[in-house]
Amino acid sequence: MRRILLAPLMVLFLALCAPGIVTQAQAQPARGAISAEELELQRMLQGGRIEGRTTLPDAQSEVLIQPAGKAWRDFHNVTLAWVGGIAVGGMLIILVAFYLGRGKIMVEGGLSGRTIQRFNLLERANHWMVASCFIVLGLTGLNLTFGRHLLLPIVGAETFTAISLWGKVLHNYLAFPFTLGIVLMLLLWVKDNIPNGRDIEWFKQGGGLIGKGHPKAGRFNAGQKMVFWITTLGGAAVAISGYMLIFPFWGEFGVAEMQLAHIVHSVISVLMIAAMLAHIYIGSIGMQGAFDAMGTGEVDLNWAKEHHALWVEEQQKRETAARPAAQPAE
Amino acid sequence: MARMKFLCDADRCIECNACVTACKNEHEVPWGINRRRVVTINDGKPGERSISMACMHCTDAPCAAVCPVSCFYTTADAIVLHDKDLCIGCGYCFYACPFGAPQYPRVGNFGGRGKMDKCTYCAGGPQQDNTRVEYTQYGSNRIAEGKLPLCAEMCSTKALLAGDGEMIATIYRERVQRRGYGSGAWGWRTAYRTTVNV
Repeated sequence: MRRILLAPLMVLFLALCAPGIVTQAQAQPARGAISAEELELQRMLQGGRIEGRTTLPDAQSEVLIQPAGKAWRDFHNVTLAWVGGIAVGGMLIILVAFYLGRGKIMVEGGLSGRTIQRFNLLERANHWMVASCFIVLGLTGLNLTFGRHLLLPIVGAETFTAISLWGKVLHNYLAFPFTLGIVLMLLLWVKDNIPNGRDIEWFKQGGGLIGKGHPKAGRFNAGQKMVFWITTLGGAAVAISGYMLIFPFWGEFGVAEMQLAHIVHSVISVLMIAAMLAHIYIGSIGMQGAFDAMGTGEVDLNWAKEHHALWVEEQQKRETAARPAAQPAE
Repeated sequence: MARMKFLCDADRCIECNACVTACKNEHEVPWGINRRRVVTINDGKPGERSISMACMHCTDAPCAAVCPVSCFYTTADAIVLHDKDLCIGCGYCFYACPFGAPQYPRVGNFGGRGKMDKCTYCAGGPQQDNTRVEYTQYGSNRIAEGKLPLCAEMCSTKALLAGDGEMIATIYRERVQRRGYGSGAWGWRTAYRTTVNV
């Protein structure tokens, strides 16, 4: 009986000892026990790097072999190319199909001829600063992934290098006004972009894009709120990861952090580009009267009533309240 | 044509850094750039090994695969070189390289990394062989003179071997058989997807 009880205990004891024995063997290898081949294979399969010490005052040089480079290569050459291609190309196809199917969305009641101010000069100036930066940043960024396949064969190696070099300089420097604009945008519009119950209703009705009728909306409808949050949150993520790439190996950041920063930066960027293509479409050729909001800042009253009924009501109420009481005629 | 490779016999390397110095001197490599370095693993512990590492001139080179401007090319001797007139200094090759070979001169403002610099296997660059321009951009071209890389030629313990892959693998194999141990060809599995069977 005792032996029967002891047997499982022995097994347990051996099982507990076994890992200890293995680690000891790893810690004190005999001469020739270290194998480059096995170590490389192990790190490749399990992740991690082969690191050591150098006499150079550069932490990067201490990494002997980093297998993660392979994963980053696959991301850059395969994953990013597909994600970016599908996101940007797919969005362009959707927009063309939408334009051909739905056509330009007209103001149903026709233009009234009377206007109401939608965005003031500061809001518009900031919008266009961010927009122009974004277009250049987007194109120069896409060039780094797709230019080699699309542009390089057409313009030749030297011209392509000149374009890419200037593109890189622009990309680096325009990051600063872009970030400033994003911060300003957040401060200017966040109060009108807090999601609420009406947004659910807006989505249920297809935002007036699909089908007829306009769901009621305040200053910004749910679609615009989405654009706002994509711009601010996406912009913040792209800015933070981008600054990590501008200032390489700053502080404790090593090659793994740089790879991660690039992955975050590029994936969010291509998704933002896709979203902004839709934004550009609906703000220009996609909808009658929409461009005026960011153009002159004055939108047609009928357009405003159809798309932002609650906001118009609010504006008009405020205007009535602000108007001084009529002076009695003497 | 030969298939040029590096092989560092870590059981012979004494971390004297002569290869690093020879490289810097031969090519007048600027301050802050190290085309070759010696990494010591398990430093001060049993199983300590020093490995001299530079660009391994990979088969299916990751740097060339990710370069946004396609500035890399492979010579007939399978040496991976790049054209500095086309390089934009984006840093992508450094992210992809398993060996940390690409180096960047820290010139200019933020993000301005300058043209990438790396081990050329003492084979210069796309400029005409052994001209002043080639030397300024890439360093000397010993391969064009029929010589092997200086780092390996200068190695005091003959730990670092350079030459045709088959030939240096044979030398290493004979060594290991004679002395009875050897940690293998560092980086070969990663760079060439082969190993030296002893």
